[in-house]
Amino acid sequence: MRISTKIRQGALAGLAAALLATTAQAETIRWGAPRDIVSLDPYSYGDSYTINFLNHIYEGLVRYNRDLEIEPALATSWEIVSPTTWRFTLRNDVKFHDGSDFTAEDVLASLQRVSDETSPLKGNLPAYQSATVVDDHTIDIELNGAYPLLLNDLTNIHIFDKGWLVANNAEKPTDVSAGVEGYATFNTNGTGPFMLESRTPEAQTVLVVNDAWWDDPAHNLTRIEFQPISSAATRVAALLSGEVDFVDSAPVQDLPRLEQADNLTVLERTDLRTVMLGFNRRPELVAGGENPMNDLRVRQAMQMAVDMELIQDKVMRGKSRNAGTLVAPSIPGYSEALDTPVAYDPEKAKTLLAEAGYADGFEFDFVCTNESYVNEEQFCQAIASMWSRVGLKPKLDIGPTAKQTPKRANGKADVYTIGWATLPMLDTYSILVQMLHSKEGNSGVFNWGDWSYPELDKLTQSAAVELDRDTRLQMETDALKIARDEIIMMPLHQQPMAWAVSKGFSDIPQFPDNKPRMWYVTK
Amino acid sequence: MLAFIIKRLANAVFVMLSVTFLAFVIFTAVGDPVDQMLNEQATQAQRDDLRARLGLDDPFLVQYGKFVARAATGDFGISFRNQRDVMDMIGERFPATFELVLVATFISLIVGVPMGVITAIKRQSWYAEAMQFTSIIGVSLPSFVVGIGLILVFSVWLGWFPAFGRGDTVDLGWWSTGLLTSSGRMSIVLPALSLSLFQITLVMRLVRAEMLEVLRSDFIKFARARGVPARSLYFRHALRNCLMPVVTMTAMQIGGLIAFALVTETVFQWPGMGLLFIQAVTFVDVPIMAAYLCIVALIFVVLNAIVDMTYVIIDPRLKGADA
Repeated sequence: MRISTKIRQGALAGLAAALLATTAQAETIRWGAPRDIVSLDPYSYGDSYTINFLNHIYEGLVRYNRDLEIEPALATSWEIVSPTTWRFTLRNDVKFHDGSDFTAEDVLASLQRVSDETSPLKGNLPAYQSATVVDDHTIDIELNGAYPLLLNDLTNIHIFDKGWLVANNAEKPTDVSAGVEGYATFNTNGTGPFMLESRTPEAQTVLVVNDAWWDDPAHNLTRIEFQPISSAATRVAALLSGEVDFVDSAPVQDLPRLEQADNLTVLERTDLRTVMLGFNRRPELVAGGENPMNDLRVRQAMQMAVDMELIQDKVMRGKSRNAGTLVAPSIPGYSEALDTPVAYDPEKAKTLLAEAGYADGFEFDFVCTNESYVNEEQFCQAIASMWSRVGLKPKLDIGPTAKQTPKRANGKADVYTIGWATLPMLDTYSILVQMLHSKEGNSGVFNWGDWSYPELDKLTQSAAVELDRDTRLQMETDALKIARDEIIMMPLHQQPMAWAVSKGFSDIPQFPDNKPRMWYVTK
Repeated sequence: MLAFIIKRLANAVFVMLSVTFLAFVIFTAVGDPVDQMLNEQATQAQRDDLRARLGLDDPFLVQYGKFVARAATGDFGISFRNQRDVMDMIGERFPATFELVLVATFISLIVGVPMGVITAIKRQSWYAEAMQFTSIIGVSLPSFVVGIGLILVFSVWLGWFPAFGRGDTVDLGWWSTGLLTSSGRMSIVLPALSLSLFQITLVMRLVRAEMLEVLRSDFIKFARARGVPARSLYFRHALRNCLMPVVTMTAMQIGGLIAFALVTETVFQWPGMGLLFIQAVTFVDVPIMAAYLCIVALIFVVLNAIVDMTYVIIDPRLKGADA
């Protein structure tokens, strides 16, 4: 059955491509990606890489523009009818790739699908209560409380065609525990700028342009050939030999070589992701014994003992941006006043440790992964040795993410690395509620050290229901100040990201969230 | 013969059970898939709920028992990450791995056998010495280094072969082959070469040792005395008598190559089973890891059984010993 659908789809898309060839010149981008997408179903796995790729095929009610500001997409306008009800007016002239019309019923079916009990992406729409279709192109979304970030969440909720879901028995998301495959895993029917032509997992996924797209395309591509190449060295080789046009994850150490190649342009900037260290704040250390890190002076000493400039220079090859606060500058809620990195001062660190009664240091577990962040293994080693120099005794434990995460999440790490980009929400609220808030109810999932700052919790809860943007952002900034003063987390840097593209492309905007959006690319 | 086959089957079941048991012991240590399945914004309750639904909270023996019961009916479940039927995913990748291994084996025989013969009959010559020496490099270089080296020379500098992928494929029923298209044939050269390097050395050394043994035997001396020309002596008489162990070893090694191919597949983005397995490990995709290990164990068991059975047919003495 699978093969036949694939062939049918291929035939259809082939026909479409043949028609296209007569109208437009073929502009293909061959995309060498660091990894494959996991599925064609955007509601299948909590994976923002897949969701972004599928954004070429599917769209949300709103979307991010080139400056990462929210703008209308499938919805043309919205109003807040009451604090818990938002009314969206939908675009009139939109058709799905199979030709059916886009209506409010499609939005309702999609919202129900993503917030189903078994949906792995339920957390992406936390405020959703229910939705009511008002007429064909108006829908009311009811929330479980006042919630200012609904639009941010909706940028990542892709809209399916209800008729297509019903016809293919895919109204509910695929439940892995039931062990039955879903139709949407293999097929697509969106409204987006590109349509699926074919997909061979781990080899190639081909998209062709959707000429019936409702928006005026800013791109001039007719075809995207997405090819995962997981080995970084091979990816670079494929780019150098001209087998791919674009890679979205160029290894930092290969950048000088790529820059020298005449047919390539390297695009570099720092990522939105802030890499930081968290501290165990339980009464006892993992290995037993009183936990010195509950003393603010100890945390201050640990921060002052780390020479971030040296790490930036030697480990990150000058390409990272040292951070003083926990979010990157373009995230709403960021304050420049908080963003001064703490100066390196090993002597002061020793004094503070002595004052706290730990002049001889103490032993603790330092848990890092070897692959989650750029050059993570190296900067962890550097930090461990800097701590040793002021008399601390870190026991460095490096391993793969899947192995380290249970340790960190279950309180088996005294100091650990974590990176936070506030994706997909792009607002400081994300880190406040998920990481800095006390672990209670649905908050503080990533509060791995088990700390509690009632004042910060209160600010977070107020920001959650504050509909005035400026007031809300001020609350978030105040919360970040508490985090900085108390060193709840120790910010390290925003990591570098690099793309490389062949010279034939005239415009390829590099977004700080490290997501390639091909609907802005021109050749 | 029947008793022998039954005994073999029982052995096979026991091996498979032990492999999967060991696999499950390892799975408990590779980590927790749930944190990667849900995204950053999922709540703790959602995480716990998913873990419970997947049965990851069950005691280890219960998880293993459930797996064996389902696997016995051929149901390996669906992938946590890709939400696809695991057997379909492996079935889709198997042709790629198998073709790669087949071509690599072919290369190793074509290159390895003549090299073995030459190093045996021209022991003192400089080129035999050189071959012996290079073969050491062949076994000692890790295969990802060889792979990257081949890519650098043949794709980046010379531009002769593609650096990654499998090229165009043709579907013959459920089997997808890359050997029938020119891009598919070009694509298989570098990965197959990189995979065969170790094998070439193995074949060469085996042939050489066997040749030296056979060349000392009486029938070769008689043949030489009879005035059989050197070429015919070496290749018709001596080499033939060396081939049995070579064929056996090659067959046994196919299982090893299928398992070993995962490094080569990762370097060349070859869409085979090994690449699938590596990713499953990264994301703790238990259904895929379990099914892959079962399949690889099955391949080993079947190859061993075939080799054993051939031996019984060839050498009747083994019948009594085993039956």
